Order: sequence, then structure tokens, then C-alpha cells
Amino acid sequence: MSEPTGPTLLDPVQMGRPVGRLDGRRKVLGVAPYAVEHEAEGAAQAAMVASTVPRGRVRSIDATAARALPGVLAVLDHTNAPRVADGEDREFAPLQDDTVWFRRQPVALVVAESSEVAREAAALVAVEYDEEPAEVGLRPDSPRLYTPEKLSDGSESDTSAGDVEAALAAATHVVDETYATPYEHNNPMEPHATIATWHGEDAGLGDGPVLTLVDSTQGVHAVRSSLAPVLGIEPERLEVVAPYVGGGFGSKGAPHVNVVLAALAAKALAPRPVRLTVTRQQMFALVGYRTATIQHFRLGADADGRLTAISHDVLEQSAAIKEFVEQTGSPTRSMYAAPNRRTTHRVARLDVAIPFWMRAPGEMPGMFAHEVAMDELAHRCGLDPIELRVRNEPDVDPETGHPFGRRRLLECLRRGAERFGWEEGPRAPLSRREGDWLVGTGVASSTYPANAMPGNEATVTFEHGCYAVGIGAADIGTGSWTSLTQVTADALGVGLEQIRLGIGDTRYPSASVAGGSSGLSSWGIAITAAARAFREQHGDRPSEGASATAGMPDNPDLQEYALNSYGAHFAKVRVHADTGQIRVPRMLGVFSVGRAVNPTTLRSQFLGGMVMGLSAALFEESVRDPRFGHVVTQDLASYHVAANADVADLDAIWLDDDVETHLNPMGSRGAGEIGIVGSPAAIVNAVFDATGVRVRDLPVTADKLLAGLLPQRERDHVLGDASA
Amino acid sequence: MTRINVKVDGVDHTDEVEPRMLLVHYLREQVGRTGTVVGCDTSNCGACTVHLDGRSVKSCNVLAVQADGHEVTTIEGIADGDRLHAMQQAFHDCHALQCGYCTPGMIMQSIDLLNDNPNPSEDEIRHGLEGNLCRCTGYHNIVKAVQQAAGAGVGGGGGR
Repeated sequence: MSEPTGPTLLDPVQMGRPVGRLDGRRKVLGVAPYAVEHEAEGAAQAAMVASTVPRGRVRSIDATAARALPGVLAVLDHTNAPRVADGEDREFAPLQDDTVWFRRQPVALVVAESSEVAREAAALVAVEYDEEPAEVGLRPDSPRLYTPEKLSDGSESDTSAGDVEAALAAATHVVDETYATPYEHNNPMEPHATIATWHGEDAGLGDGPVLTLVDSTQGVHAVRSSLAPVLGIEPERLEVVAPYVGGGFGSKGAPHVNVVLAALAAKALAPRPVRLTVTRQQMFALVGYRTATIQHFRLGADADGRLTAISHDVLEQSAAIKEFVEQTGSPTRSMYAAPNRRTTHRVARLDVAIPFWMRAPGEMPGMFAHEVAMDELAHRCGLDPIELRVRNEPDVDPETGHPFGRRRLLECLRRGAERFGWEEGPRAPLSRREGDWLVGTGVASSTYPANAMPGNEATVTFEHGCYAVGIGAADIGTGSWTSLTQVTADALGVGLEQIRLGIGDTRYPSASVAGGSSGLSSWGIAITAAARAFREQHGDRPSEGASATAGMPDNPDLQEYALNSYGAHFAKVRVHADTGQIRVPRMLGVFSVGRAVNPTTLRSQFLGGMVMGLSAALFEESVRDPRFGHVVTQDLASYHVAANADVADLDAIWLDDDVETHLNPMGSRGAGEIGIVGSPAAIVNAVFDATGVRVRDLPVTADKLLAGLLPQRERDHVLGDASA
Repeated sequence: MTRINVKVDGVDHTDEVEPRMLLVHYLREQVGRTGTVVGCDTSNCGACTVHLDGRSVKSCNVLAVQADGHEVTTIEGIADGDRLHAMQQAFHDCHALQCGYCTPGMIMQSIDLLNDNPNPSEDEIRHGLEGNLCRCTGYHNIVKAVQQAAGAGVGGGGGR
């Protein structure tokens, strides 16, 4: 191996301090403008008309009644909407032809003077269809199953090492179970929304923006690069603005059909701005979701609990209109040591809405299966579940053979065990009861890759005694406004008060999306490079207007090391012995994610991720109509997310002296996603410890426990009554 | 169209509105108070919470005409000039927000909670705010903020 020449680390002065959110004051005052809070003089309002069939063709659209409504400005459909320049990506080609790919796909768009009129008119648009047979269910025998070329993380669909079948046949202990996770929807609190203004080719003497999109997005440049070719605009003449974003969790990591519709409407009504807000209900069809998974997991171990085989076969779903393949088996490839390993993915492209990123795509459902399977193996081996993990800790990345940058999983587990008061030894389910409540504890490991995305650039300019720093980064709630200011201050060697950060706008240099826990890493690398270039070119006493721009330096370490974050989740649950009601009185997460650039925002990211894990464990499930494939639980009344009263004692800590030396100059690794990875498994494992009932399909609801909770005699009685 | 007289954040407004117009859309589109945001349209998330005559309501679930002759207070009407309301200050101090989209409604509901119960227990805070969803923070710091505000005397109590 060549001598590593990784990043030169910054001296942390502002980094590591719990600096208060710089956007906090604006947010508590209610004056931070999200997408449609921006001023748009005379903006028209748009409302979508959704298909009522899952597959087929639009035979006719009668908008007579809609157009007759006072205040209606336009009704666009495939016969009259502006044409896209490139319709190859069918998600970005709405109203271009008569094909219906899934139920609730937009087939027309009404633009009106007010949102009330737009919505009323949308309901008056009469659409007739020639319906075709549709395939909407994910089934192990689906005729649509195929082997994808790549997973969405770019890795291979299938991997194999050694002989898994032979190892399983020879193993002393075997786990051979099927785990399932449901469809889930991101549901950021701010619905996806856009204000589009079409200025035209002549704008600004022919070089101003042709189109401005004020959009709720995790990456302004991602919107630009995706949609400029679709709309036939030079990329630099598509302006995208998103200074404050009300959450995303992946769904805003790329534009969806709604943004294209807003642009087409704005073109039709130019120069009048058009506002298009996706309703909460429409978000369940149009802006992505996590696919359901059916995962066959097999583990083989010798008498001492050392893994001899790990096999993970994934069935999941994509959409006929556009492929997206969740990387569910990816984390399995690097998590534990075993000489015989395999992962496979089979995907069915169904006539349904398009799945996309949702917080820790792949890692969240994949590690749920893996970590519950590990708990099952610990029981079969008669081992403490932490000890089982200790015995299977790999020396190098099992997949690539590369050394780990710094793998501190066991420290996380041990530190957590100590803080949580973990009772060592094999679990003894059904051994603790407090009144009517069965009490149990569970543990699970967590991991998430340390990513730095290419294509970032930053600029530093000295203005009025301050350093103006620009990069098209995003703050979707993670704290980028604050943490990037800290990074910039240390990169320039000045105080926070001398930094003027600019993000969330394509007028700044190109940036990758806030996704994959990569934002701070990727943007910080470019900012540091620009700051170093600035000092090199202009010294410590720059003149007014001095400026430097830089991209990302090569980092050979990325090819030499396996860089991942790790964590350990501990959960305590109480299950009501008669009703099966589940409460989670305590959750603890211990993480190794490199340096804490801002401990306040970091801790909040962990806690939020853990509660989203709690939410996935107990509540979240998008229920589909088996006939039409659309989601029927399409609001926050029927799609349950964790509320305040579902949470109790919640704690997240991280390891001391944790500095990642291979990834970026900050020494950090990213923290947005690791909190949701493993936390559902810890809760499910705790439920087993409390009740002796092993639930293998999320979410764990009372009905899945009830039969197992009743004593055999009583159960027979109840079932007898039910069948009578 | 119906004529309504509404006092919003201390200012009298007389407007012609459609009877079907929601209070939240009236506040945002006619009065220009966009600090009150729409999260769900179905009264589940609480992002649009405002005070109607001093009591919290989800303004996506109230018609503008129902506010005729009444007083509405929004997130933009509780600070005293540059001085944050003690609940705003507590949310800021305790890092009780991330994306901030739920924050206006969460703050307005928290004030209402303390008006009813100036010294709530943690459990009472969690139940009192369960109609306001947050997807980012895990709620932990929100509870801390309400405790700080209670200690600062919002609602007339001294905190626990």
C-alpha cells in the first residue's frame, strides 16, 4: 500500500464548540422564508389533477367546467402543455404524452388566481382512461422480479465469497429467517413546494436567468443539473434558491415531478410567477418513499458463536416509470467477519409511484434484518448479544480487504453497556415484570458509510473586513449555516464574526446535495481548499475584494481505507401483558462519527435519527390499496409518526478523541443517518426480551404480539370463541 | 365574498374573503403573515397553530370568517420589538428546533400549554404537545425549552 496522503487536518478552534444556531433567531421569530414564503408579486397558484387508474392511457380530458370557473388562468394537460427538451427521464416529463404509469400520477395542472379556485377547478377536470392491467404488489413470486445492474449506491447487485451453502450445512448454530420492512414516507414537515418564474431567453440582456425556481430542496445545484436539460435551458441560466428548507430526509435530494410542473406552468404563464405546493396527501405519491423489503437472512456460526456464513437475499420494489434500487444488502458486506458471504438483490418494477431516498436508504432496512438476526443468533448460541458481536469483529473490511480507517464499534457497545446498565450474559426473555408490564432491553449495532461527494467548489472573498464564503450547500435543518461557519473560521484562522456564509443559491459555486450524511464533509473539503488557496494567494492581510476559488483536492485515502461510522443502540421497552401496548421508556445511542464540529447540532441529529428509528419500529407504515397500488394512509392521521408523548428518556453520546484522519480536514464523518440505523432493531430485540415474541416485520404493533403474549390455554379459548 | 374584521398581531384588518378561505390562508395570503406555515392541511401536524382570542387553534382547521370580530396572534406577534418572547428565547437557547418548520406552531402551542398549566411535569409537556409534530429533533430539546420557559414565568408559574 502506498503511503497515505490524506487531508491535512484543521486546528479546531471554533470547531468543537456548541455554537448556537445562526438561523435560530429567524426561525423562532417566524421570519425564515421557506420556499413558498418567498415574496412573489402576483403569483398564480397551481393544483395538480391526479390519475385515478394505475396503468393505461388518458383517453380524454374535459376541462370545460374547470376553465369556466372564474379565476382559472390555465388548464394544462398532455395536449397543450409546454414541451420538455429532454423527456428521457419520465419522472421529469409530465403532461408530455397520454401514458399513465401509476395511480395519482399528475395528468393535468390547473393554474388559478387563488389556491381555493385552483383546487376546486382541479376537481372539475373530467378525465377518462383506457385502463390496462396493472401489477402493484411486491410478492416473492412476482413476474416482474429481475436482477438490477447496480444498486443506488453504485455497488453490485450481488456479491459472493466462499461457499455459503456448505458453511450453513456445517454450522453448529443457524439462523434462517425472513424479515420484512414496510413502505415508509419521509414526511418532512415542510411539504415540497416551488415558486417558478419564467423570465425568458431575453432576460437580463440575454444572460440573466431564463427560469428562477425558489424550491424546497436538499441541493440547488442538483435541481439545476437535473432540470436544465429537461427544460432546454443553459445550466447557468437556471437559477435555484433555497436558503431555508423545512426538512427533507432524502425526499428533497433530487427534484421530483412537481418542480417540472411548476416550471412548465410558469413558462405557459410567463412572466407571471407560479406557486405549486404539493399537498401532504400528494406527497404520498409524488416525492419518493422507502420501498418495502422482504429479506431472507441466514447466519451460520460455530459452537463458539463465530460466524461461518452470512447470507442476505433481498426482494424489493421499484417503479415501472423509473428505476430506483435501494442498497439494502450493502451494509451486510462490511459489518461482520465471516469466510463465506453472499448478498443478492431482486427487484420488481411495479405500476406504482417512484421510490427514492429516505434517511439511510439501504442501511436502515438492511441493518434492521441483520441486527435482529444477530440477536436471534445470540439466543441460539447462549451468548450475550454484545459478546456475539465482539467475537465477530473483523480486522479488515470483509468486502474489500482494505483496512478500516478507524472502526470503534466495540468501544461504542462497551461504553453504551456501561452507561445503560446492560446486564451481561445471555438474555432470558419474559424474566422481568412490573405489574401488568413486561420489561425488556435490547441492543443493536449501527453503521453508516463516511461519504464525500465529488463536484464541490467554494469561493472566499474579502469584503469590508469580513470573509464572504459562498457554496451552494443546503441547510435542511442539520445546522449547516452554523457548522460551515465554524469550519470556515478555522480554515481561515479567524473568528466567527468575520465570516459571512452564503449557501442555498446557485449563484454560489457548485455543491453536492445534503444527503448520504455527506454534506458537511463534502462542502467542508471545498471550503477548506478555498480558504487555503486564499491565504496562499493573498496572505493574512488581504486587500479589499481579494478572492480565491477552489475545488476538492485529490484524496488517495478514499481508495485505501474503508471509512465508516459506527454506533450502538440500547433500548428499554415495556409491553402491556394484556393489550400488547408497547412503550419505550429509554433509548441510548453511542456513536463514533469523527470530530463533533458542533456538539449541539450533532446531538440533535442523533436524537432526531433515533426517534425516527423509534417511529419506524412502532408506527410507520404506508398501506397500499392492493388493487390500485396507491397509498391509502396518505395523511398524518393515518400514517403515524412518533409524537412527543411517544418519547421518554432519550440520550445520545459519542466517543472521546474521535477524529477521522482520512476523509476531510475537519476530522468529521457525518451524522445525519446513523441514528436511524439499528435503532429499530434494538427496540425489536428489547420487545423479544420482554415478551419472548420475535417480530420480524416492521412496525411492531400490538396485534403482532397479542397471540404470543397470551398463555396457551387462554389463547385456545379466545381462538375457539372467535371461530365459533 | 364576506367582509371580516380581524385583529392580527395587534393590527386591525378589514378584508373581503371567500367564505371557504381557511384562516391560515387568510393570514398568509391576505395579511402577509407567512410565519404561520401549512404542514398537513388536515389538522394533524400543528405547524399552523396560532392563538384565537388567546387560545391555540390549528389555523388550517378554522375558516377566516370564523375569526370575524376576534383577535389572532401569530408567531410574528409575540416578540416585543427586538426582544424575543420568553418561549421564543427558550426554543433558541435550548436548540429546540432544526429545520424550524414546526417551530412557529410548536411555540404557540407551548405558550397555550403554560397558560393552562404554568408548572407542567415532563409528561404533561409531552402530552400537551402531542398534537404538534416535529420530524427533526426527537422532541427532547423542545421539552427542555418549555421547562425553561416555565421557569422564566411564562404562564405565570415558576417552573418545577
